Amino acid sequence: MEVSTVHDNEIDLLVASLAEIYGYDFSNYARASLKRRINRLLVIDRIPSFAELFYRIKNEPDYFTHAVEELTVNVTEMFRDPYMFKFIREKVLPVLATHPLIRIWHAGCATGEEVYSTAIMLQEMNLLHKSLLYATDINPSVIENIRRGIFPVSQMKQYSENYILSGGKKDFSSYYTAKYDFAKFDEQLKSKMIAATHNLVSDRSFNEFQLIFCRNVLIYFDKNLQDKVLNLFDASLETLGFLVLGAKENIRFSDIASRYVQSHNEKIWRKMQ
Amino acid sequence: MAQDAVRYKVIVIGGSAGSLDTILKIIADASMTNNIFYIVIIHRKTSAESVLTDLLASQTTLKVREVEDKDAILPGYVYICPADYHLLVEDQNTFSLDSSEKIYYSRPSIDVTFESVAEVFGDSTIGILLSGANADGAKGLSKIKQAGGYTIVQNPLTADVDYMPKQAIELFKPDAVLNGDKMSALLKNLSA
Repeated sequence: MEVSTVHDNEIDLLVASLAEIYGYDFSNYARASLKRRINRLLVIDRIPSFAELFYRIKNEPDYFTHAVEELTVNVTEMFRDPYMFKFIREKVLPVLATHPLIRIWHAGCATGEEVYSTAIMLQEMNLLHKSLLYATDINPSVIENIRRGIFPVSQMKQYSENYILSGGKKDFSSYYTAKYDFAKFDEQLKSKMIAATHNLVSDRSFNEFQLIFCRNVLIYFDKNLQDKVLNLFDASLETLGFLVLGAKENIRFSDIASRYVQSHNEKIWRKMQ
Repeated sequence: MAQDAVRYKVIVIGGSAGSLDTILKIIADASMTNNIFYIVIIHRKTSAESVLTDLLASQTTLKVREVEDKDAILPGYVYICPADYHLLVEDQNTFSLDSSEKIYYSRPSIDVTFESVAEVFGDSTIGILLSGANADGAKGLSKIKQAGGYTIVQNPLTADVDYMPKQAIELFKPDAVLNGDKMSALLKNLSA
């Protein structure tokens, strides 16, 4: 069956209603991807028309929650781009190690695989006990996943490879207990995590950090929103703190760029003033 | 053919297993004329990133760039879709990237880029689908055809892996089915 695809004016209508009824502002999301996500939602939920989708989102709060989860992208993995993590391990964490308390923010962290990756590195460097890892995302359900610390066991082979490439020396399987299709990660790893909902579009800075991760989130925003969010990070980052973006993301379109220096070859910027 | 001369703005090429030689040949034969730009989507492992960009750059005087998020679209460029991202066009001037779910076990997905280009560039598009062992690309190429673009499929009989071109030919009737070494001549005609 060929499902009808949404038109631009329908997207405008949906975006306006989401803001008006639920206070979620998607107006500065990159349109090409948002459109794909809406079309995908029609397919996966077998909804025959935009009108029906629109009606359900407007009138069923539970469906709205589900829709936001599906419109936003929650794809992530442990130690994705392992050489970036190797750089964090070898060049960034030793700098942070000198602080009495290390504050790290994983913004838009989805189901939390990267937060666990960072916790593993901190533990191996004997820094976890004096660290705080804030993990935030727009979707409440994925935050729940971070608190549980349970991930699909089918991914562990890939994660183990990533971990080794990132400079990990241990047996990766020592960090989890496999049960049926799931891997439950060591409770110790989440002892310093604070998971909460936070909407980068509308919520404000809530603390100061030495290290902020926000990887493959800005790609879903237009340049204006990217700039706004980068300013939010700037306001949340100590001088000489580090900002880590996704492999193909950049701060070059933002006015904060002039005060940051990029670590060669990596999407890691240091705030110089 | 005369009215087509100024029509095409973009040549978008998708390939998987066994497509690299044909892509290298097309890019090697490409010339700077006519303000066309190229987009290349190849299924590949995450790790071999800049190798492909360097390889293509060694074949051509055109500028070769692996796309970053919100990069400007400029004529005379060969844009490579980065590994592990889907490549979309936001509008006729801007790319965007997406790291959502794999499609047909692939990210990048050829379908995603083909469909996005078809929607934004419509009949200014030439789409080419090459050798591969995957169903990706057929549906997207049919969208380019529906949008009025020109569609070329590699001849399954001479493709290294015939599955991908076959899928396209079973789905719709492309404008041309060609051996890999005949593509440059046709592209030259279409864009001359």
